[in-house]
Amino acid sequence: MYKILVCCGSGLGSSFMIEMNIKKILKELNVENVEVDHADLSSASGSNADIYVGTRDIAANLEALGDTVSLNSMIDMNELKEKLTAKLKEKEII
Amino acid sequence: MFKVILDILSVPAILVGIISLIGLLLQKKSISDVFKGTIKTILGFLVLGGGAGIAVSALSHFGNMFQEAFNMQGVVPHNEAVVALALEEYGTSTALIMAFGMLVNILFARFTKMKYIFLTGHHTLYMAAMIAVILMVGGLSGFSLVLVGSLVLGFVMAFFPAIAQPTMRKITGTDDVAFAHFGTVGYVLSAWVGKLVGKNSKSTEEMNFPKSLGFLRDSSVAVALTMAIFYVIVAIAAGPEYVHGLSGGQNFILFAIIQAITFAGGVYVILAGVRLILAEIVPAFKGISEKLVPDAKPALDCPVVFPYAPNAVLIGFLSSFLGGIVGMLILIALKSTIILPGVVPHFFCGATAGVFGNATGGKKGAFFGSFAHGLLITFLPVLLMPVLGDLGFANTTFSDADFGVVGIILGNIVKLFAQ
Repeated sequence: MYKILVCCGSGLGSSFMIEMNIKKILKELNVENVEVDHADLSSASGSNADIYVGTRDIAANLEALGDTVSLNSMIDMNELKEKLTAKLKEKEII
Repeated sequence: MFKVILDILSVPAILVGIISLIGLLLQKKSISDVFKGTIKTILGFLVLGGGAGIAVSALSHFGNMFQEAFNMQGVVPHNEAVVALALEEYGTSTALIMAFGMLVNILFARFTKMKYIFLTGHHTLYMAAMIAVILMVGGLSGFSLVLVGSLVLGFVMAFFPAIAQPTMRKITGTDDVAFAHFGTVGYVLSAWVGKLVGKNSKSTEEMNFPKSLGFLRDSSVAVALTMAIFYVIVAIAAGPEYVHGLSGGQNFILFAIIQAITFAGGVYVILAGVRLILAEIVPAFKGISEKLVPDAKPALDCPVVFPYAPNAVLIGFLSSFLGGIVGMLILIALKSTIILPGVVPHFFCGATAGVFGNATGGKKGAFFGSFAHGLLITFLPVLLMPVLGDLGFANTTFSDADFGVVGIILGNIVKLFAQ
């Protein structure tokens, strides 16, 4: 199982929305060996996820932890799909 | 038998578990997912209660030291802490108001022009808790409590995104997404101030601004740091002798720092609980609303606007915090209850106020709009405390603007009927 962790400042609202969008995309791609979760930045540092996802304003804090997908917009599904697919291919998950 | 069912339903943890169970069944999830999700939700509620214990013990030390030092009540507004306190006594009503409030939100979106689905689940929970407290303090109970409470909750879930939408269109450049965070009155105020002061002011994003405040994004660290500053100041003002009485002889500065970080730890645990509670409920709410009101706009949490104006986020935080300090000084002069500027509300709400102010009035709008917001969230809690009953005497209270506005209006309406 691979793990994607979406982060935002408090790990409550916006990371949760992005998580739901990622799950939707993974379903479309028929990817089943990836679990998606959301958290705040404090919890992220001990989580050992394969890919971290966050909006561009906190991406800098995530890059120290591992492979990061930085989003310019929280609501742009196309951007999310494009960047996520590229990252999954790069990590040979798909 | 009937009594057993009632007993089970009056345990709030079980009740939220059942709400989550219904949500999972409606989504036709597999048996194992239903089981897992329901247990996680119940676990979340119990974890939240544990976090409340940690945060409240640390906070009561703060309250005692503050009282000793300045001879008045010092309050650090913090949604998580006050909600965790409220849920100990008002958990059942909160859970019911939250569940039916979400349904009422869907009805408003379906049958009125306010086509917004409020997806910031933790704020739905917090608002439900506040409404439950105010109505019960006002003397409502049983069916009428849940009916009135869920109507009010469902209404504000559609109404606040509606008043934020004109500025949201300016910020995002689309009409596809709405804004859901119960600080909206403060953001609308900031946008209005921005319009007044910001004629021809350049956007914040044309400035070069240092990015070194990034560590404040990590809210546990930010809470621990600012609380440590407050605790140490108050411990020094209360004097080592008094504090040693609380700490059992431990050095007073060390005690202050440990208690501050303990408070942050309590909040961390509360948030973990909130996350578990919402994990199944929000997706169910979203799924059901998409089926019933396909043309409604999803309304999302604050950070949805942050990427549009990263500089405004920082200016907004700093300026709102400054407003909070000025507001605190005014309260000291008035000899009223002291509201200390909490880092979390000023960071999240202040940052958002900055983005809204920038959208209507550039740099000037971001600065003065957030400053006005900082004053607002300092004075509102003072007016809110009297309608919260015993909860009004806690050392923490609701922090964001809409809680104050809704609470004060609702509390005073309930008072009229209670006579």
